[in-house]
Amino acid sequence: MSIASHYSYFVTVLLLMVGLFVVIARSNLIKKLIGLGLFQTAVYLLYIAPGKLIGGTAPIVDDAFKVYSNPLPHVLILTAIVVGVATLALGLALVVRIKEAYGTIDEEEVLKVDADDESATDR
Amino acid sequence: MTALLAQHYPVLLVVVPLMTAPLIVLLRRPTLAWLAAMITCVLAFGMAASLLSQVVEHGPISYAIGSWAPPLGIEYRISTINAFVALIVSGMGVFVLPYCRVGIAAEVRSEEHYLFYALMMLCLAGLLGILVTGDAFNLFVFLEISSLSTYVLIAMGRDRRALVASYQYLLMGTVGATLYVVGIGILYLQTGTLNLADMATRLATMGEPRATLAALAFITVGVSLKIALFPLHLWLPNAYAYAPSAVSAFLAATATKVSIYVLMRYFFTIFGVGEVFDVRDTGVVLLALSLAAMFIPAVVAIMQKDLKRLLAYSSVSQIGYITLGISLHSVAGATAAVAHLFNHALTKGGMFLVLGGAVLRCGSSSLDRLAGLGRTMPVASFAFVIGGLSLIGIPGTAGFISKWYLVTAAMEAGQWWLAAAVVLSSLLAVLYVWRFVEVAYFRAPPEDHPPVGEAPLSMLVPALLMIGACVWFGLDASWSGHMAQLAAESMLGAGQ
Repeated sequence: MSIASHYSYFVTVLLLMVGLFVVIARSNLIKKLIGLGLFQTAVYLLYIAPGKLIGGTAPIVDDAFKVYSNPLPHVLILTAIVVGVATLALGLALVVRIKEAYGTIDEEEVLKVDADDESATDR
Repeated sequence: MTALLAQHYPVLLVVVPLMTAPLIVLLRRPTLAWLAAMITCVLAFGMAASLLSQVVEHGPISYAIGSWAPPLGIEYRISTINAFVALIVSGMGVFVLPYCRVGIAAEVRSEEHYLFYALMMLCLAGLLGILVTGDAFNLFVFLEISSLSTYVLIAMGRDRRALVASYQYLLMGTVGATLYVVGIGILYLQTGTLNLADMATRLATMGEPRATLAALAFITVGVSLKIALFPLHLWLPNAYAYAPSAVSAFLAATATKVSIYVLMRYFFTIFGVGEVFDVRDTGVVLLALSLAAMFIPAVVAIMQKDLKRLLAYSSVSQIGYITLGISLHSVAGATAAVAHLFNHALTKGGMFLVLGGAVLRCGSSSLDRLAGLGRTMPVASFAFVIGGLSLIGIPGTAGFISKWYLVTAAMEAGQWWLAAAVVLSSLLAVLYVWRFVEVAYFRAPPEDHPPVGEAPLSMLVPALLMIGACVWFGLDASWSGHMAQLAAESMLGAGQ
């Protein structure tokens, strides 16, 4: 039970925080999506790492093997990866459409264009 | 034959809309696509109604997918609360789809119509899936199915700001869903099961490891993002304001409500009332946020220039009443929460539908463009005002019933000042509803482009039916109140 033996959890927490920071702090829409990807990837590690037993094999029933890794987290994360890919694809598609509509992929400029439009209609 | 099928209603409720979506993409023709979607919604509504009556009569239904017995196999579990919310969700589908025929034609490009209906079906399948599943990870997958389709539906709005709104919702929604996955990951590491019922029994015997607290925090924050609980609501106003009208109505009545069900499910049945409210004081946090939600967004709503945004902020405010009911963690409080969940779905869904007709005629939902609506569209304006009265909670409307439950629950808990807060925040609702009344009845229609009469019948009739239902359940709350009571008891384990 030393800190070093739990390093995967520390990596998970670090990746989660870095990912969330990028989502919040960057105004480039694509960089935000990269941060989101990092955020989701951290969760994959949270699931996969505890599922692995040192010296364990794939869950194949055979007399030669006594220790198995837990296959369920891997299956769950396979699903989560698919969801992550779909989210990223949709996000990127939206960025393409935003680029077409606004001519920029910088969030602050997009919001500025909208604010200008609004004050123009008020006048 | 029907008896044989009835056994499989829990899974068919999800499978039928899920299969209709690719079918619609193959059909391509807008009319056929609409017809397929409409039939699916009616089927889903019928199945939900049948499930609800079965559950009320015979108790919870457990359905093992592929006959793999739970907890190893995936279980679909229907109790009163999820059958009731499923009825609301599929019922909203039945109301919104006839409206889509004309309502969507004006707002979405014609070559995208079939995609619109396909996404509607995916969204319905996702929402119903969240409700019926008894598996924590399954719930996440369905959450993402409904969310991803919702992002696209919002982006289909005509205004380019819809794209930005959708993008922001995608970021916040994904962060919320990912936090939820972190939460169930921790719970899975602790308990070794993903089956919600099994997880609940194992957590109850585990004492109080600190990891449970972390899981509780992750799940609460993740789901609260989806609920749009007060400080986490920033995605909602733009998403509702720039989405096509039919989508706003559907989402306002269903998406946040389903997430509220998820929160109640975790608080009341998985972590348990003792753990969440007595040991961890989550109730105090939830109470503070609910109170903030009841007042701050309501004040923001009063200052809006756009009626759709006004309604969106009002939704954030009304969600505060529901979470207030949850934070009281009594059967009476949960009853109030479920009752308001139902009544607000009817009210806000109906108001967005009415507004959609007005937007079609006026070309915009800004209050200036809607001036004089009382003269040019008398029926719609009148219906909108009735809906507004229900938001305020005037006796004779559905909104009154839920506030009555809420005030009673607060009194029962000895928190009389909460009852006063409910009444006070209703006064704020009077102000923002009055803004519409003032504009619609005391101002002349804009001269350059006055609206040309009432909305088409196919839009007006569903809208009026929903507002009518709102009055009906305000006058006769015996059914909705009874269902809410049963649902609350089924979650809190009382009266079994």
